[in-house]
Amino acid sequence: MLTHWQRMGSQRQSLLETRGFPIAERMVKRIMIYIIVFIVAALFMLPFFWTVSSSLKHPSELYVFPPKWLPATPQWRNWPEVWRQIPFGRYVLNSFYITILAVIGQVASATLVAYGFARFRFPGREALFLLVLGTMILPQQVTMIPQFLMFRALKWLDTYKPLIVPSYFGGGAFFIFLVRQFLMTIPLDMDESARLDGASSLRILVNVLLPLCQPALATVAIFSFLGHWNSFLLPMIYLNTMEKFTLPIGLRYFQLTAETGGDPKEHLLMAASLMASIPGIVLFFTAQRYFVQGIVMSGIKG
Amino acid sequence: MTSATISLGKRRARFSMIRRREALSGYLYISPWLAGFLIFSLFPFISSIYLSLTDYSIIKPPRFIGFDNYVTAFTKDKLFWPSLRVTFFYAGVSVPLGIAGSLFCALLLNQKLKGTALWRTFYFLPSLTPVVSLALLWRWLLQPDFGLINFLLGKIGIRGPGWLGSTEWAVPALILMALWGSVGGGRMIIFLAGLQGVPEELYEAAEIDGAGAWSKFWHVTLPMISPTMFFNLVLGIIDALQAFATAYVATQGGPAYATWFYVLHLFSHAFKYMHMGYASALAWIFLVIVLFLTYLQIRASERWVFYAGMVR
Repeated sequence: MLTHWQRMGSQRQSLLETRGFPIAERMVKRIMIYIIVFIVAALFMLPFFWTVSSSLKHPSELYVFPPKWLPATPQWRNWPEVWRQIPFGRYVLNSFYITILAVIGQVASATLVAYGFARFRFPGREALFLLVLGTMILPQQVTMIPQFLMFRALKWLDTYKPLIVPSYFGGGAFFIFLVRQFLMTIPLDMDESARLDGASSLRILVNVLLPLCQPALATVAIFSFLGHWNSFLLPMIYLNTMEKFTLPIGLRYFQLTAETGGDPKEHLLMAASLMASIPGIVLFFTAQRYFVQGIVMSGIKG
Repeated sequence: MTSATISLGKRRARFSMIRRREALSGYLYISPWLAGFLIFSLFPFISSIYLSLTDYSIIKPPRFIGFDNYVTAFTKDKLFWPSLRVTFFYAGVSVPLGIAGSLFCALLLNQKLKGTALWRTFYFLPSLTPVVSLALLWRWLLQPDFGLINFLLGKIGIRGPGWLGSTEWAVPALILMALWGSVGGGRMIIFLAGLQGVPEELYEAAEIDGAGAWSKFWHVTLPMISPTMFFNLVLGIIDALQAFATAYVATQGGPAYATWFYVLHLFSHAFKYMHMGYASALAWIFLVIVLFLTYLQIRASERWVFYAGMVR
């Protein structure tokens, strides 16, 4: 099997592009592909367009037929209005607080564990690693209830601890797997030369391997961020006090109150939904280079 | 002679000491996971077996009742079988469509297009939407009288259904939502990674043998990415069976329990009615179903999953 170091070196070119098809036919094919790619992209983006448009509509423009593609005059104040109607800023802060602490825990502990599995020989290693993979198919519903009872006994209900603390214990099977796969593609010589210089194993990890692991770590960080930022089930189980709600729970709460109140509030719900999506989107934009690389290089193939 | 033996023995002792230290470091590094596994997986796992055999409503201590919870689920609980059926229908439709969709998108984006990063971002954006936002957004899109979808359907002469408000169309609506939110997401990226791992030489060899685009896809691409397919299939099914949040937000299991998914059922018993014992039994039934399906897939995979090289 080629390692990614080798794979990167051999940038291949499709033979299709160098011989065979007559140019005209190839052009038509290319254009067709672009058209299909565009149509699919439009299908994905249309709901966003509609949401943005709805979020800028005046309430009187919401329930009309035929629906209007664009508001007559964009109601920019709808967005800040959300912050007035619900403690949106509070929810954002809560979500960020939980997410950041949990991401740190997951990235750090998944890295340490992956390092243990990738670089050290110890009795039972293969069996334990299989166990790690096995927990991936263990549905959380089985452990959810006893965990709830456990956290209840610890008096952790209605605190953020159940949402954060478990992240520091291993960081999740998928992330361990991903980082381990990535570490295994890095030649052992790297460790060896550092070891000969007298570096400790932790030092080797931090100074030698981590810089090379950036794509994998970025991938884990993004997945982890999105997972915690968007998490719905667990915060709903553990949080009761409104001031402690995360953004998804707050949004859900807003939906319930909007449905009972008389005036249509879809424009505000759409604005709130969009605002809740922004951090994830921004993160993806800034890190997508690493992200795709990280998945490709770790060679997830099953 | 003796000196040689001694030095050999010494060396062996030193070697085994290094070995032991290495093993110790290894255990140390994996210890967070090991502790987490014991505390957050194994212990809850075992105690949920016990809980599933009890009547436990939190207020009073658990009371052992044998297999009553299981009997109740299979024979008395009027929502048990319907919720299983809805869940299987949802998974049975959304997983194949989702995988086909993701593969299709990955194939498109693998065509060495101009602006691949931009297209990829467009495809990926829906999967970044928090599930609550996704549900709210689609509730509005699928609004029967003033929503965009039915308006567009009307334009091509189709009278749009009541979607989330109709017992017939609520599950298809949830499937549509799930597809929009997942087709261009992580699964597509994993397929892309798989496609990029197919050696170009194979395509070249196929071309020399006169293979067309379709035949190349069927005889080269598909076998080569079958491990990726397997990975996506196993995790996709597990994921679909756990469907919960969109239904909880968009329909709350309605109308008339049309979208009452299994996990919604379990969740309601656990955290609404505080039937912790019964919910644990439901969880165990769920686990057995998931494990059985995964086992079947692993068995079946021996026939269709092809590992190039096999050396891993």
